[in-house]
Amino acid sequence: MLPEPSALELSRRAWRRRRARRSTLVALASTLLFAVVAYLVVTSAPGWPRVQATFFSPSVAWESLPEILSGLWLNLQVLLVGGVSVLAVGLLVALTRTLRGAAFAPLRLLATGYVDLFRGIPLIIVLYLVGFGFPALGLQGMPTSPFVLGTIAIVLTYSAYVAEVFRAGIESVHPSQRAAARSLGLTHRQTMRIVVLPQALRTVTPALLNDFVALQKDVGLISVLGAIDAVRSAQILVGQSFNFTPYVVAGLLFVLLAIPSARIADAVSARARRRQQSGSLL
Amino acid sequence: MSGPVLEVRSVVKAFGDNVVLRGVDLSVAEHQVVALIGGSGSGKSTLLRCASLLETVDDGQVLLDGEDVTDPRIDADQVRRRMGVVFQAYNLFPHLSVLDNVTLAPTVVHGRPKAEVLEEAHTLLARIGLSDKAGEYPDRLSGGQQQRVAIVRALAVHPRVLLLDEITSALDPELVGEVLSVVREVAAQGMTIVMATHEMGFARQVADTVAFLDGGVVLESGPPQQVLGDPVEARTRQFLSRVIDAGRL
Ligand SMILES: Nc1ncnc2c1ncn2[C@@H]1O[C@H](COP(=O)(O)OP(=O)(O)O)[C@@H](O)[C@H]1O
Ligand SMILES: [Mg+2]
Repeated sequence: MLPEPSALELSRRAWRRRRARRSTLVALASTLLFAVVAYLVVTSAPGWPRVQATFFSPSVAWESLPEILSGLWLNLQVLLVGGVSVLAVGLLVALTRTLRGAAFAPLRLLATGYVDLFRGIPLIIVLYLVGFGFPALGLQGMPTSPFVLGTIAIVLTYSAYVAEVFRAGIESVHPSQRAAARSLGLTHRQTMRIVVLPQALRTVTPALLNDFVALQKDVGLISVLGAIDAVRSAQILVGQSFNFTPYVVAGLLFVLLAIPSARIADAVSARARRRQQSGSLL
Repeated sequence: MSGPVLEVRSVVKAFGDNVVLRGVDLSVAEHQVVALIGGSGSGKSTLLRCASLLETVDDGQVLLDGEDVTDPRIDADQVRRRMGVVFQAYNLFPHLSVLDNVTLAPTVVHGRPKAEVLEEAHTLLARIGLSDKAGEYPDRLSGGQQQRVAIVRALAVHPRVLLLDEITSALDPELVGEVLSVVREVAAQGMTIVMATHEMGFARQVADTVAFLDGGVVLESGPPQQVLGDPVEARTRQFLSRVIDAGRL
């Protein structure tokens, strides 16, 4: 049991409560003010009625929803298959880059080259190269569906980023942990699997979740290969109706998709921070 | 077995231009306790890391039960399984419970039956008075408790030799005793031990041989009474008087 707080402590707590209440009020009021001003400025603009009709038409939005949703299902599939593949490929590349010894030099070089290359090229260019280049080779068994090719391009690009995230995590585990594991007779593989990776994963989970949020919207880029996803569906609808509302609908759907992951990412980062500095003020 | 358990022959180890070991010789017979003393930076840790194959030697040999383990054709993982190492900074695995830290190597590396390993782990933990901490994670333990667990983790693989690297240097003075008493008990049961230490009083009580490392070689070695009480070498006397001034003897 804590002893009864002194008068000094009670007055400190009262002051903190008062200050917290005042800050909340100020924040609330200024947000509201900003929203009202923004609303007034936009709606009083001379072009607003036309913009409202072409971008925010409720009837067009409602009519376009089913097709855009069925397109979004394709994006979700790419996200799922791509996300899992990115984790696997990224981890493999990261592990390759951490191999020691001259025997693995060619592999290491290959992995480094891959990361340098694919972190440098814009995703849209990879999409074009893979999406139109692979089929043009005319090889037997080469996939031609934009879904498969788009997923390959996304995995190629994102794995390069994720590999670096994993590598940073692996290197953040103190070398003494490796020494302890090896001194117990664990092999390099066992050390990685049982000692290093579990600790590394904990460190990098927030960063990985952030990359996942980015991936969620980038799956919309497979539309450039002609896959009928949410973006492409919206594009077709816009072409038919000369109304841009379907784009807004597709955009909002992507935002809705991203919000849960963003919140999860926040929560995980916050938890990691708390674990690292429990009790500290800063 | 007749020959020494661990033998270090003319071992040389350099880090870049810094030649740390210039030809170290050390022989450790079965059931013997060797205390390795020497100034900070004299290469005690380096020697123990070479002996446990955590570093590759630049010359010379390390023999474990007469087998040259510095031969590159040998499976180093196989050799490390036969040694136990305890580090200054404990190096417990923070993501594993105390029990998992202890049972990891016996089950994963040695492939022993889980039930048997668990039983032995509980016995060992009981012996160091930490039965109630089996399910805890290392960061919930005091330094002394963590270091005792680290000793048990090293013992759980039934090593031929236990290498201890200044295992009390990171501890608060009041926690040193509990760790040393575990070492004393392990030594009394006949474990072969090489320990780098600054605890001269403890070395005097427990060690059969004290080896003084200086200038990259074992400058002087012998029974503790002789090396610590009446050293032959001037450098040894200098070192000991510095230690006495620091209040460690
Ligand atoms: N991994 C390393 N890389 C470079 N230098 C090292 C390394 N480990 C130890 N040394 C150097 O070797 C010397 C001996 O260190 P060490 O064996 O830790 O001494 P001790 O344990 O006796 O204090 C020191 O000069 C230290 O800087
Ligand atoms: Mg040392």
